[in-house]
Amino acid sequence: MSQSAEKVLDHFHLFREPEYKEMFANKKKNFEFSVPAEELKKQVEYAKTVEYKEKNFAREALTVNPAKACQPLGAVFAANGFEGTLPFVHGSQGCVAYYRSHFSRHFKEPTSCVSSSMTEDAAVFGGLNNMIDGLANSYSLYKPKMIAVSTTCMAEVIGDDLNAFIKTSREKGSIPMEFDVPFAHTPAFVGSHITGYDNALKGVLNYFWDGKAGTVEPLKRKPNSSINFIGGFDGYVVGNNREVKRIFNEFGVKYTMLCDPSDAWDTPTDGEFRMYDGGTTLEDTANAINAKGTIMMQTISAEKTAEYIESKGQEVVRLHHPMGVKGTDEFLMAISKLTGKPIPESLTKERGRLVDAVADSSAHIHGKKFALYGDPDLMLGLTAFLLELGAEPTTVLSTNGDDAWAAKVQALFDASPFGKNCKVYPKKDLWHMRSLLFTDPVDFLIGNTYGKYLDRDTGTPLIRIGFPIFDRHHKHRYPVWGYQGALNVLVAILDKIFDQMDADTNGIATTDYSFDIIR
Amino acid sequence: MSATAEARVNGAELIEEVLKAYPEKSAKKRAKHLNVYEEGKSECDVKSNIKSLPGVMTIRGCAYAGSKGVVWGPIKDMIHISHGPVGCGQYSWASRRNYYIGTTGIDTFGTMQFTSDFQEKDIVFGGDKKLEKIIDEIQELFPLNKGITVQSECPIGLIGDDIEAVSKKKSKEYEGKTIVPVRCEGFRGVSQSLGHHIANDAVRDFVFDKTDPDKNKFESTPYDVAIIGDYNIGGDAWSSRILLEEMGLRVIAQWSGDGSIAELENTPKAKLNILHCYRSMNYISRHMEEKYGIPWVEYNFFGPSKIEESLRKIASFFDDTIKEKTEQVIAKYKALTDAVIAKYKPRLQGKKVMLFVGGLRPRHVIGAYEDLGMEVVGTGYEFGHNDDYQRTTHYVKDGTLIYDDVTGYEFEKFVEAVQPDLVGSGIKEKYVFQKMGVPFRQMHSWDYSGPYHGYDGFAIFARDMDMAINNPVWGLTKAPWAKAA
Repeated sequence: MSQSAEKVLDHFHLFREPEYKEMFANKKKNFEFSVPAEELKKQVEYAKTVEYKEKNFAREALTVNPAKACQPLGAVFAANGFEGTLPFVHGSQGCVAYYRSHFSRHFKEPTSCVSSSMTEDAAVFGGLNNMIDGLANSYSLYKPKMIAVSTTCMAEVIGDDLNAFIKTSREKGSIPMEFDVPFAHTPAFVGSHITGYDNALKGVLNYFWDGKAGTVEPLKRKPNSSINFIGGFDGYVVGNNREVKRIFNEFGVKYTMLCDPSDAWDTPTDGEFRMYDGGTTLEDTANAINAKGTIMMQTISAEKTAEYIESKGQEVVRLHHPMGVKGTDEFLMAISKLTGKPIPESLTKERGRLVDAVADSSAHIHGKKFALYGDPDLMLGLTAFLLELGAEPTTVLSTNGDDAWAAKVQALFDASPFGKNCKVYPKKDLWHMRSLLFTDPVDFLIGNTYGKYLDRDTGTPLIRIGFPIFDRHHKHRYPVWGYQGALNVLVAILDKIFDQMDADTNGIATTDYSFDIIR
Repeated sequence: MSATAEARVNGAELIEEVLKAYPEKSAKKRAKHLNVYEEGKSECDVKSNIKSLPGVMTIRGCAYAGSKGVVWGPIKDMIHISHGPVGCGQYSWASRRNYYIGTTGIDTFGTMQFTSDFQEKDIVFGGDKKLEKIIDEIQELFPLNKGITVQSECPIGLIGDDIEAVSKKKSKEYEGKTIVPVRCEGFRGVSQSLGHHIANDAVRDFVFDKTDPDKNKFESTPYDVAIIGDYNIGGDAWSSRILLEEMGLRVIAQWSGDGSIAELENTPKAKLNILHCYRSMNYISRHMEEKYGIPWVEYNFFGPSKIEESLRKIASFFDDTIKEKTEQVIAKYKALTDAVIAKYKPRLQGKKVMLFVGGLRPRHVIGAYEDLGMEVVGTGYEFGHNDDYQRTTHYVKDGTLIYDDVTGYEFEKFVEAVQPDLVGSGIKEKYVFQKMGVPFRQMHSWDYSGPYHGYDGFAIFARDMDMAINNPVWGLTKAPWAKAA
């Protein structure tokens, strides 16, 4: 027996004790009828080959380890960014349990969201009664200022009509006639979580700007000097939105952040549970129609919303997760151009500090090869930043990035001498990435938590940037946008490079001549 | 009035107060799920296993979660296809901590996400052709897999796909390969629970009934048992198995944590099925009893009191050699459990706990808390049935608050009023209560710790509960200047 009260062994070490190892060996030998060791080894090696990669890339139907989720997840994200808003997903209830868990595992925060809990009878007769009762219950229990409705694939397949259902619910007295219930259809079998974000956000704007689903007169735009900011589906939303607000305040511009969950997903532990905290006010949401223009931080994540805002006569600046020196320059110049305000000296100084940091460290990044995967806008920003650092983003992959996205990445490659040997892979998953890491090895991998399996299997060290990050804490509190954000990203990359360098050179009397104390 | 009688009155008042927040119709319905346990009753007197109300923030999941996430997912050498849109498989990807040993992606597939990633055209034209192709591609890229299951997501049943026909056809094409269609669409039933049942039935129909009993060379012994209903969260089944082996039993199968298809296939050869999670696997245990005459016995490996009782209960099915060895096992671990209790009980004595978990732990872990001098003052099941609540009466004390399918609102209000020293529930609840300054442990995933089963697990359980409750952070939640005010 290895366990003791003095030194409690948990799963990390308990199962390495001899009694357990013996037990595992016997279980395998006597009961599992597992694959013979030789055959296993052969397949392990075969899965590393170019031939396997070709078969892997010939896949047409199967998806293995994708880097994307489904629409309603993005819809819940968007809803969570508005003041006092309860996300309400119409359809099966299990989905909502999944979204809430998913966000809580990433942000380490509660995520409130309700379901209309449709079951077999609703599948046959439609979910109208679920909507009527659901809105009444959520309104009474959770006292929201607004309920933002989206759909699961079940409700979409049977064709439930949200507009009509919500209207009927009002008539039946579930909610007051004037209570705000924007809605969006968010079928899981179209696009990904970023599409859901786009649809839901557009749903909110459309609701407020275009007559609240036919219940009031549409708003008439009266342009003012304010600007709107839309961040897109962003795992760093807590750190990023606060950093962007700081930047706006440095400029002294009037702004409205459309969809701001940075407080909802960062509430204090002080004895009180805040179901709602912060968020874009409903008044600001309505008034945002009057803004001079809108800055889209992740346009692929909000393309339909961008088009809708443009249709109201606003100028829309389409960015793609601008990161690093040039990316942030572009962002700041866009603010300046839109508002007519000069870029503040304080930010110019921050820029200089970032360039200083890059100059200090670039020798360690220059020429290093990176494979990266994630949401399409993030990939564009990160690719540009890596090229700017003199790194080679040789493999850039996205599951929810399409051919138009790939062309944009290719254009970045083409514009830099470091992009020469780089390749972009749209609509591919992490099993494709696994093959690529074997056949076209790189120095580092950048991706979300699931990249740790690739790190383990291929020995490519993972730098965690993306969504979700489940196995490291608090990353979402640090911005990746602005010059400060770029510095955070730079440091994350450097830390991994240095850790790897030390791990590679710590062989006593073999490699430790390079185990330098100064790097 | 005695302390427990007072608790009963307070509990009843609390329930009444909480129900006021609901619309009348819903309050009436929810009232049936809430009660205060009265000593001596054989029922908890709550309704269970019925539909959740829309819009109340139920904690429940769906049938797919019960099948793919719970029963089938841990079978490590099979590939489980999440059939439908991408989300379900993505959110349940590797999050349940069913530990296993194997080379992932080569002969083992537990922490992977295989999905048919349905697109609009698959909804419109059906996904059967795609499923056929997926099975071919799996065979090409993962040739060492021992079988495939098709875990249906909501759209499958709505668009009229015939996954049974595809599975049958492909099984024939691949020389009788085990391919299991599972009708666990998320809209079926009221919770994960129906998914467990459907998954159990699929094992019966597509593993037991379709497997040649001589497929795996197997020599029986009189001491062969199968562990049923242990998902090996953080290694639970392992720290259980080791005790059974020390008793002299031979564990021929684990259902389903760290399990393999061969173990499922060989289970009808067991002499006794020992059942931990009654809720999720009583169905297949009953089936094996009827069809193969294998008796089954429920056991509880949380905390030394229940472990000891359970070991003896299991041993009672065997001869004296096993019974003697069992006593030796109990004696062997006595020093460990005494030391654990001596270390932690003084730190935990009298602490109050509220639980809300799935279908087993709301009762099963109570003994472990009591071994540490703690008291469970409220408990409830996400997807328990009436037979679970009946079994609960053997565990709970007079005045315990019982809440079935608790809603976010109710749980928050109950905890606010009762002020327990610890809440044990899931990830969705964790941060709500921590914000309130209430220590919390996830009791589905063991909060990334474990194992909690068996004697080895009890030491970890005790350490973790102490770590949660006696965390200095709980002394920091109020700013000093706020305290003065």
